[in-house]
Amino acid sequence: MSKPKETINRGRRAFMGVAAGVTGVAVAPGVLLHTVVGAAPRSEPVTSAVRWGLLIDTARCADGCTACVTACNEENGLDLQVKPAGLSDEKWAQQRAVWIRKAKLQDNQTGRVTNLPLMCQHCERPPCVDVCPTGASFKRADGIVMVDRHTCIGCRYCMMACPYKARSFIHEKVDTQLTRAPRGKGCVESCNLCVHRRDQGEASTACVDACAREGSNAIVFGDLKDPNSQISQKLVSIASRQIREDLALNTGVRYANI
Amino acid sequence: MKRIVYREWQLAPQRYWALLAILAAVAGLGGLAFAYLEHEGHWVTGMTNHVVWGAPHIFAVLLIIAASGALNVASIASVFGKTFYKPLARLSGLLAVALLAGGLMVLVLDLGRPDRLVVAMTYYNFRSIFAWNIFLYTGFMVIVIAYLWTMAERKGNEYTKPVGFVAFVWRLLLTTGTGSIFGFLVARQAYDTAVLAPLFIAMSFAYGLAIFLLVVMFAYVQDQRPLGNVLLYRLRNLLAVFIGAVLLLLLAYFLTKLYGARNYDLVSFYLLSGGTYTVAFWLGWILIGSLAPLGIFAHPILGKDRTWLAVAAGMVVVGGFSAMYVLIIGGQAFPMPLFPGQTVIESGFLDGQVAPYAPSIPEILLGLGGVAVALLITAVGIRVLQFLPESLDDRSVDPHLAAAEAT
Amino acid sequence: MARAVVLGSLISVGLAGALCALAVQAAGGSFVVPGSQAATLDSCVEETDFMRRNHMEVIKHQRDATVHSGIRSTKHSLSGCVECHASVGPDGAVVPVDAKGQFCHACHAFTAIGMNCFDCHATVPRHPDLERSDPAQAPLGSTLLETGAVASERGEGN
Repeated sequence: MSKPKETINRGRRAFMGVAAGVTGVAVAPGVLLHTVVGAAPRSEPVTSAVRWGLLIDTARCADGCTACVTACNEENGLDLQVKPAGLSDEKWAQQRAVWIRKAKLQDNQTGRVTNLPLMCQHCERPPCVDVCPTGASFKRADGIVMVDRHTCIGCRYCMMACPYKARSFIHEKVDTQLTRAPRGKGCVESCNLCVHRRDQGEASTACVDACAREGSNAIVFGDLKDPNSQISQKLVSIASRQIREDLALNTGVRYANI
Repeated sequence: MKRIVYREWQLAPQRYWALLAILAAVAGLGGLAFAYLEHEGHWVTGMTNHVVWGAPHIFAVLLIIAASGALNVASIASVFGKTFYKPLARLSGLLAVALLAGGLMVLVLDLGRPDRLVVAMTYYNFRSIFAWNIFLYTGFMVIVIAYLWTMAERKGNEYTKPVGFVAFVWRLLLTTGTGSIFGFLVARQAYDTAVLAPLFIAMSFAYGLAIFLLVVMFAYVQDQRPLGNVLLYRLRNLLAVFIGAVLLLLLAYFLTKLYGARNYDLVSFYLLSGGTYTVAFWLGWILIGSLAPLGIFAHPILGKDRTWLAVAAGMVVVGGFSAMYVLIIGGQAFPMPLFPGQTVIESGFLDGQVAPYAPSIPEILLGLGGVAVALLITAVGIRVLQFLPESLDDRSVDPHLAAAEAT
Repeated sequence: MARAVVLGSLISVGLAGALCALAVQAAGGSFVVPGSQAATLDSCVEETDFMRRNHMEVIKHQRDATVHSGIRSTKHSLSGCVECHASVGPDGAVVPVDAKGQFCHACHAFTAIGMNCFDCHATVPRHPDLERSDPAQAPLGSTLLETGAVASERGEGN
């Protein structure tokens, strides 16, 4: 017995077609980016063929915006810091770890206001690396200045030596650390250019992504040794400087418009 | 040359054990403070991410530089041939070792991870003056103990001069290294100057001798041994010279910082507008720590009175604490010049503002514990071994006087 | 000198590990905690006997490779150990891997060797999702995603 011929449901067919198209459009960029970035954990040691750096255009840094700070805190588990019971809020504000902070400046003569984020400047000749007695504070081959917490004894000499006051000491026991950002009592830490992201092959840092999401695009991350990278091209085209350039540290973080 | 007889400290047992009990109690409190600090973390202290070195470092650095200064008396005797000071050389060595032990103890116990001391002793970064200091400090202890051996053991007497010379050079390197901890730092305006090394050397002379003087006076008075004026006044005059040296180098420091507009803010902070740091500087370091003792030493009546001499030496030590507070804490509290010509109007990390700091009880107890350990080692040492000459009266000390009286 | 001391202590620890292994074999059980991913596997990244004696060497070598060279692709990652050996309680919450009675503690208490790895390293896998420039990129290796736990911590903390 044959079934009556069913009419083709054109509406359903059209819907399926549109749905497939939309899904394809939505997924394709991710798939493409995935293959382009080639995100995979690093299996070869880092080399000095690259040098990571940041360029911060303070003219684009929005007044009162702290997206980079929030993103860094969330990325590295700093927003999970718990104030110990019995500690005053004021003291906690001075003892909790801060890897990146916003600062607002006003010129004494002209009154011009500048906003900028401040973090470890990843100097080429870091004073913090010079003074560390155990060599825990070190500069990685790819230019990232960080602390090897396995060797850090917590003497805080690097904090004395840093010309940017970029380092923080962990004053309390930590139970809420993230797997990707180990941190614990008694050691010193600072911005490490999201080194876990670097080693997993991701494109940039949390602060850069957050600033882009906000629409300011004030921070650019990239390879300073690659003349074709976005950051290198921008450094050639706009005037930039280091903070405390008189110390001749050749920082990896550069600022424009201050 | 009259033979010097060294005898153990003969204090009555009850008083000796009472003294040890007091010192042990203070040291014990320091130990408890350390246990609390290590268990809870540094949040219980007044130290923050802005003022990272606090009261424990004041005590530790003062004890360490006093240790190298305490060795001076022995050095003057052995290296510069002033046999006048020879009777006190042994105590000088003991006090040097004891003060260094106390200072190092405080320094190590304040580490964020003191359980990693073994790491500090096996992984070295020799660009760091801290790494060199580990060798300078421990080497100093070894050399001074060897020095003491050459003095106490008859067979070793012929080596006293060469070992003493090594000890003298070593202690200068040690104090230079300690001053350079701060002097090498380009980051902070109060540091970053070569004059800190000789300033620390001068401070070590002054504070080490002041503590030495107090220990000698206490030990001899308690044991009712004769302590003559000749020796006492010579030590007094030496201390006055050392205080003068500190003032001179302090002047050099400030004049250097004042030359050129860059550091006007810093000098004005220290001398005028720094609140507690200005008070500690003028009242603690200059007035109580330097000018008043100099005045007492020079006074025709007070300068000859033992109680006043002891008070003056104590004031010098107070000056030492003030000096450490002003240099170490004040240097950190003063904001860094990140943006010259601009004022920071908002910051998430106290940029541009003077960082607050108030020492906490655990920190102070830890520091006092270190002092107690140093005095404990000294007390036990002079009691158990022969460090103290039996008599330091004028005839024993000055051969000319003895010869004059004999004729 | 330091190397001799380290070698000596490693040998003694190895012996302790051997004793441990003997005790365990005599007991007929293992230290792997039921409810963890490891309980479902025969052996982990290496042979069980090898791990018992040498896991500390493996960890120590790997930490330098990761921190100084950035290598994170090997199977010896500490976070991988936590991932596998942390057990999931009946309420679905992951038990800290260094807690009393759990995997690490069982052997370390027996050998009386302290470990301070977890002073800094997370004791449960914590991989909160974050917006990334590349949305196709998922956080690495998370079969026990803890977004819920992290979200509640974020709500309470600060």
